[in-house]
Amino acid sequence: MLPVFVIIPLGAAFLIPILAKFRQGLAAFVANLAAGLLLFFSICSIYWLKGGLKIYYVGGWPPPFGICMVLDGLTVLVLLVINLIGFLALVYSLDYIKRYSSAYLYYTLFCLLLAGLNGLVISGDLFNLFVFLEITSIACYSLIAFGTEAEELEAAFKYLVLGSVADILILLAIGMLLGCVSTLNMADISRSLNTAVSSNLILYSTALFITGFGLKTALVPLHAWLPDAHPAAPAPMSAMLSGVVIKIAGVYALIRVIFNIIGFNLVISQIFIWLGILSMGVGVLLAIGQWDFKRLLAYHSISQIGYVVFAIGLGTPLGITAGLFHLFNHSLFKSLLFLNSGAVEYSTGTRRLEKLGGLYQSMPTTSATSLVASLSIAGIPPFCGFWSKLLIIIASFQANNIVGAIVCILVAMVTLASFLKVQKYAFMRKAGQALTNIKEAPGFMKFSMLALAMLCILVGIFFVPFVDTIIKPAAAVLLEGTGYARRILGV
Amino acid sequence: MSLIVKRITRITVSLIFLFGVYILLHGHLTPGGGFAGGVIIALSFIHLVLAFGKEVALKKMSQATVSIIESLGGLMFWGIALLGLIFGSYFFLNILPKGRPFDLFSSGIIILCNIAIFLKVGAGLFAIFLALAFIRLPPEEKKGENR
Amino acid sequence: MSLYILCLILFAIGLYCLIVKKNLIKKIVGLGIAEYAVNLFFILLGYTKGGEAPILSKDTPITNFVDPLPQALILTSIVIGLGVTALMVAITVRIYEKYRTFDINEIRRLKG
Repeated sequence: MLPVFVIIPLGAAFLIPILAKFRQGLAAFVANLAAGLLLFFSICSIYWLKGGLKIYYVGGWPPPFGICMVLDGLTVLVLLVINLIGFLALVYSLDYIKRYSSAYLYYTLFCLLLAGLNGLVISGDLFNLFVFLEITSIACYSLIAFGTEAEELEAAFKYLVLGSVADILILLAIGMLLGCVSTLNMADISRSLNTAVSSNLILYSTALFITGFGLKTALVPLHAWLPDAHPAAPAPMSAMLSGVVIKIAGVYALIRVIFNIIGFNLVISQIFIWLGILSMGVGVLLAIGQWDFKRLLAYHSISQIGYVVFAIGLGTPLGITAGLFHLFNHSLFKSLLFLNSGAVEYSTGTRRLEKLGGLYQSMPTTSATSLVASLSIAGIPPFCGFWSKLLIIIASFQANNIVGAIVCILVAMVTLASFLKVQKYAFMRKAGQALTNIKEAPGFMKFSMLALAMLCILVGIFFVPFVDTIIKPAAAVLLEGTGYARRILGV
Repeated sequence: MSLIVKRITRITVSLIFLFGVYILLHGHLTPGGGFAGGVIIALSFIHLVLAFGKEVALKKMSQATVSIIESLGGLMFWGIALLGLIFGSYFFLNILPKGRPFDLFSSGIIILCNIAIFLKVGAGLFAIFLALAFIRLPPEEKKGENR
Repeated sequence: MSLYILCLILFAIGLYCLIVKKNLIKKIVGLGIAEYAVNLFFILLGYTKGGEAPILSKDTPITNFVDPLPQALILTSIVIGLGVTALMVAITVRIYEKYRTFDINEIRRLKG
C-alpha cells in the first residue's frame, strides 16, 4: 500500500489541467481531495507500522535489483508533517488564490510538490530520492515565481541558481558513492560500506552531501536564498516552504543519508553541532532588525532549523528525540505564522510592521492564532515549543555541551523579544490612519489557522503520549544507524 | 523565410516525424525510446514554426491541443503503472505478454510507457518553445524618475 | 584517473562561470556546463577496459559491456537538467520584461 502516497498526488497533478478546461472549480476540488486522502493515509500509516517495518518492491523486483519503498518510524513522522501541512495549506489557498489568475496552475504545481515530497520520504533508493528531490525543487521554483512580480522573479532566480548548484553537488556525491560500492539501494550501500575498505572517496562524498543538503536546509553560511524566497512566495506556499520543504528536502534527506548509510561518527557530530549553533545565532540576530513581517519569519526559520540540526548532531537518544520533536513543532507553528501573515496581507495589503496596528480588534481569529504561534516559538509553557526547546537544552547539558546550551537559552530569549515586537506592532497597538475597514480573513483561511493553533495547544498538553507513539520510533530508526540495512535486506 | 527553405521544409518535416516515430517504437531494442523520440517530434513542429511562421504551425496543432496531449501523456503513464498495481499487485509490474526477444512487440508494457513519455515530452517541448519564443515585451516606459 | 580530474576541472569552470559572470544568460550557460560535467563523471564511472556499448542484439555475442546502470540514471538527470534550464530561461525572460536588463548588479531590489 505504500505507492499510494505517490499515486494520488501525481494523478491529481496530471488530471487538473484537463479538468480545468471544462470547469475552473474542479481544480481546487481535486487538489483538496488528493490532499485529504493523503492525510488520511498518512494517519493510517501509524497503524501500518505497528506490524513492523514495511517494504514495497516497485515492479516486483527485489532489492538490490529494483527500487524499493520503505516505511519505518522516521518515514511515518515526516509523512505526517508533509500531509498535514499540505492539506491545511491547500484548504487555506481555496480563498487566497482567488487573487491570481489561472489558479489551476497553482493547484497542479502544488500537487506535484506534494508528490515529490511524499516520494522523497518513502524512497528506499538513493537515486530515487534524488529524482523526487528534483521534482520538489522544480515545483518550488515555479511556485515562488507564481505571482510574476519583479521581486518574486528575482527571488525565484536566486533560489533556482543556488538550488541547482546544491542538486549538482548531491548528484556528484551520489556518483562518488556509486563508484565505491556500485549499487544504489540505501540498505545495500550501507552494508557494503561496513565491509568494504574505507577510502577518501567516501569522505569527499560525505562532505558534498553535507554541503548540498545543507544548502537545501539553509544552514548558515548557505542561507542566502531563504530570506528572499520565503517572503516572495504566496502565503500558503511560504508555509509549505518554511514548514515542510526545508525540513524534508534538507534535514530529513541529510539525516537519512548520514545516519543510515554512511554512519554517524564524531567528526560529523561536531560539524552538525557547530553548524547548528551558527545558524541559531546568525538567524536570530539578523531577524531582530527586520520590519517586514514575512522576512522576519524567514530569518527565524533559519534559527529554528539551527536548533534541530544542533540537537540531532548531539547524537544522544534524548538529543535526537528532542530534535525530531522540534522539527514537528516548528512545522506546526511556523506554518501557522506564515498563514497569519498571509491573512494580514490579504486584509490590509501590506507586510511592513510599522504600517500595521490594531488588528486585535478587527481580526480576532488571526491575532489569537498568531498569539498562540508566537508563544509556541518563543518557548512558553504549555505550548508545544516549550517542551521541545526544554528537551534540547537538557540534552545538550547531558552531552556536556555547555556552549550549545547557553546559546540555545540566549537565542530563545531573543526570539521571545522579537515576537513580542511583532505582536505589539502588528496586533496590539492602536491602528494608524490608513488602516480602516479591515475585515477578518475568509472562512477557509480561518479554518486552517484554527486547526493549526488547536494542534499547537494539543501537542503541547499531550506531548508525552505523542512523543512516545510517533517521535520515539523515529529516533530509534536513527539511533540504530547502519543496522537499518540488516532489517531491510533481512541479512 | 526564402522559397528554398519552404520547399525543403515540406519534405523534411514528414521525414523527421517518421524518424522520431521509428526511434520511439524501437526503444526497447536500440538506444532512444520515448524521450529521444519525443524531442525529435517536437523538433519537427519547431522546424515548421521556423520556416513558415507561427500561424501555420498553430493551425496544425493549436496551443490548447498541445496542453491536452501533454496531460494525456502523463495520465497514460500513470494509468499504465496503476494497471500493474490492480492486476498484478505491484506498482509498475510488467503485465503484458512478453514475446520472443528482439521482436518489435516484446517486453510488455515498456512500449506503451514509451508512447506515453513520447506524447508528454513532445508536447511539452513544443509548448515550452511556443511560450518562450513569442513573448511580447511591453513598450519601453519613459524614464521619468531616477532609478 | 586523469579523466575524472578533467571532469572535475570542467565542473569548476562551470561553477566559475556561474559565480563570476554578471550576465544572467552567461550564468545559465555556466550552470549547463557544470551539469554536463557531473553527468559525464557519472557515465565514466561505468567504464570497463575494452568494453562495448551495452546494446544486446541478435548477432553480437555477449562480450565485455560497459556498465549500463549509470547510463540509464544519467538519462533521467539530463531530462531534469533540461527542465530546470527551461524554467530558468523562462524566469530570465520575465525578469528582462520587468527590469529591462540582464545585468545582475541592477537586479537588486531585494535587500536586507
